[in-house]
Amino acid sequence: MSEQLIQQFINGLLIGCVYALIAIGLTLIWGVMNIVNFAHGDFLMLSMYISFWSYTLWGIDPVLAIPICAVLLFALGLLVYKFAVSKVMNGPMLAQVVVTFGVSIFIANAAVLVWTPDFRLIDKPLLAGTWNFGSVQVSIPKLVASAGSVLVTGALLLFLNRTRTGKAILATEMNRDSALLMGVNTDRVNALSFGIGAGLVGVAGAFLSMYYYIYPQVGGMFGTISFCIVALGGFGSISGAFIAGLLVGLVQTLGGYFFDPAYKYAIVFGLYLVIVWIRPQGLRGW
Amino acid sequence: MSVPFLDVRGVTKRFAGLVANDDVSFSVSEGEIVSIIGPNGAGKSTLFACITGFHAPSAGTVTWQGRDITGFKADRVCRLGIARTFQIVQVIGDMTVLENVMTGAFLHAPARTEARRRAEELLVTTGLIDKREFLGTALTIADKKRLEVAMALATRPRLLMLDESMAGLTPVELKQIISLLREVRKRGVTLVIVEHVMEAVMQLSDRVIVLNSGKKLTEGTPREVVADPRVVQAYLGERYRA
Amino acid sequence: MAKRARFVVAAAVVTLLLVLPLLLPGPVPLHIMIMTFNFALLGVGWNIMGGYAGMFSFGQAAFFGIGAYASSWLLTAHGVNPWLGLLVGGVLAAVTAAAIGWPCSKLRGHYFAIASIAFAEIVRIHFNNWKLVGAAEGLTIPMAEPGLLNFQFHGSKAPYYYIALAFLAVGLMVSRWVATSRAGFYFRAIKESHELAMVLGISFVRYRMLATMLAAFLSAAAGTFYAQYILYLDPESVIILPISVQVVLVSMLGGAGTIFGPVVGAAILVPISEITRVELGHRGTGVDMMVYGALIWLISVYQPRGVWGFLSSLGRRKAPAPTAAPAPEARP
Repeated sequence: MSEQLIQQFINGLLIGCVYALIAIGLTLIWGVMNIVNFAHGDFLMLSMYISFWSYTLWGIDPVLAIPICAVLLFALGLLVYKFAVSKVMNGPMLAQVVVTFGVSIFIANAAVLVWTPDFRLIDKPLLAGTWNFGSVQVSIPKLVASAGSVLVTGALLLFLNRTRTGKAILATEMNRDSALLMGVNTDRVNALSFGIGAGLVGVAGAFLSMYYYIYPQVGGMFGTISFCIVALGGFGSISGAFIAGLLVGLVQTLGGYFFDPAYKYAIVFGLYLVIVWIRPQGLRGW
Repeated sequence: MSVPFLDVRGVTKRFAGLVANDDVSFSVSEGEIVSIIGPNGAGKSTLFACITGFHAPSAGTVTWQGRDITGFKADRVCRLGIARTFQIVQVIGDMTVLENVMTGAFLHAPARTEARRRAEELLVTTGLIDKREFLGTALTIADKKRLEVAMALATRPRLLMLDESMAGLTPVELKQIISLLREVRKRGVTLVIVEHVMEAVMQLSDRVIVLNSGKKLTEGTPREVVADPRVVQAYLGERYRA
Repeated sequence: MAKRARFVVAAAVVTLLLVLPLLLPGPVPLHIMIMTFNFALLGVGWNIMGGYAGMFSFGQAAFFGIGAYASSWLLTAHGVNPWLGLLVGGVLAAVTAAAIGWPCSKLRGHYFAIASIAFAEIVRIHFNNWKLVGAAEGLTIPMAEPGLLNFQFHGSKAPYYYIALAFLAVGLMVSRWVATSRAGFYFRAIKESHELAMVLGISFVRYRMLATMLAAFLSAAAGTFYAQYILYLDPESVIILPISVQVVLVSMLGGAGTIFGPVVGAAILVPISEITRVELGHRGTGVDMMVYGALIWLISVYQPRGVWGFLSSLGRRKAPAPTAAPAPEARP
């Protein structure tokens, strides 16, 4: 019983770390330009397909596909920023809310058309198998994905706090107008943040492709969960998103364990609604 | 002494680690024009927010016509007869000027035709009637400020609180709004104004309250206040040294 | 447009709509019209909360589903007449909307959008697992004696056409009442700013709930109609995000915050989607949605006021001419 519980706890932390990485990309974009990228989950899906096809066509293992995914998704982020998001930044609120929704629907259904709705799996990744501690099992690819997520988050924080460009991003996040006055090119910062946000979800996609089914709608649930994580953590708060990511991972697995696995996502969404009711600004928002 | 019209007693507002208002007390009689002045950061806007229901005071009471309204929500305060404007002017951008004022008038005139009639009347008073079909976004700042006053008046307040309605106006516009406020008072609306423009304060006010660092420094007639060396030191500087 | 000309146009449109079923060849065009009316009704509902009151819900499919399930379950399990079921479903949806709208009453913009998605997902997951209403298998409505009373017709689609049209007409009347009454003014004030609404004496919580409940009721009515028309429903055909998105899109394409915007939007979008589905069949899986996605992007970027908003701005009197008053902006 208690070992089963430990197992669930570990599973929750493992998926929570990946959630955190996905959500951090999203929260970075929100913090800098007050836009929710509703296509975030579809970016994740694209990244998983990139990893899948690299493996299938050229035999590149998902571990080695990480930089490919990151770079391609960064480029995609720049494109989406330039041709969609930047055009509505001064437009009506409704346009700001729905524009990335349009991108999301387009990408998800283009994927159905091109790759069919079939489920795919990378059959023999380099990292596979489990470590056993008594009856508690830890999946190696999941462990690597989680450790990788933590490392990437750390690297992002270093980048934001130590480099000139990173500081410009943080300054814009704190106050767009003052950043403008201090000579920060906010359009460049926006584009860069969108690219980095997309690049981060690209890395997460490569990690997930090691052990998760790949299909055109896979981004839907991950996307919706990451919106909740970002809102839970407080929009724009990277540490908040990380904590909320772990929390959601735990709630999902433990909730599924104690109540009903079919309801595990419903429990997460319910928790989200309760928390925004009590604290509309999220856990670490202000 | 009878029950004061508006009575603010010991109002204190603390934000995390910061005291924005510290034990501020004053009262306003019906028909007066009272100005609140003080340097930036003196707590004028916070005091406004505490009276009009945007903040709940940490301590102290706000009494309106004998009724304790401390901590009432802003919409309820408005329904009880206290209207306000904002430091950063707010109008409904995609409504016409007329519709903006009608939105205020609906509070006491649920029927559309009556709300419209009252709104048009107020547009005449405020000199905006020629621009009734303009969209809110298409107005100049001066007109937006006038529109905001018209919207506030449309809710039929007994007390109107104006937060820097005269900042950034040209001398001509300033003159117009001063005469508008005199007209408003003549119609039986009491006024409390936060203002930096001393010309307006001197011309309009019956009484001036000076805030500094969240505390009430002094109060008196405009002449008394500008002659007070503490006020000069804290706020007015050289220009008003008699 | 002069009042008289407007009346003539309106009379012509109404007459055309009334005789259309006699002119259309075969059932497919009629089906497209019926679906158009039904989505227009959903859009009209969304428009009240989204277009006027500024609450951008991406969860209207939940209320559509609640309406469809309420009447269908009452009918299959207890033999309750679907017209009564329609009312029950509408009230149930409105009550649910109030229950969820109250805690969300301070959320705006993106925050509200995400909360609405989360809510609709909970509803979808729950219906997929709720044995009472058939869980994932859904409900099949048994055949009954055709007629208006039973809300079922087997020979021709024409009766459905007229009922859908009537529902839409009622929805438009509600919407028109909203647009011209105090409530509509208050909704627009709330959309602009909660602070401003409050200083005008408006309880934004109360009016936001009113808008949400009206939208939920109309969506639920559309849901009951859909169930009686298709005679079958399951969670994955009614409570899904693509339906919620289509509802938003219908309003936005036509013109959010205008009375006829959603109708125009539905008249453009629904035929596109139905025709691609018919023409491309399974090969076209997702093509209609790709077109949708591209349209959302195009409208947001180039014409955020929508088709109707654009047209009526052309017809509008030239009022806000900034050149008329070159008064100085704020001095520093």
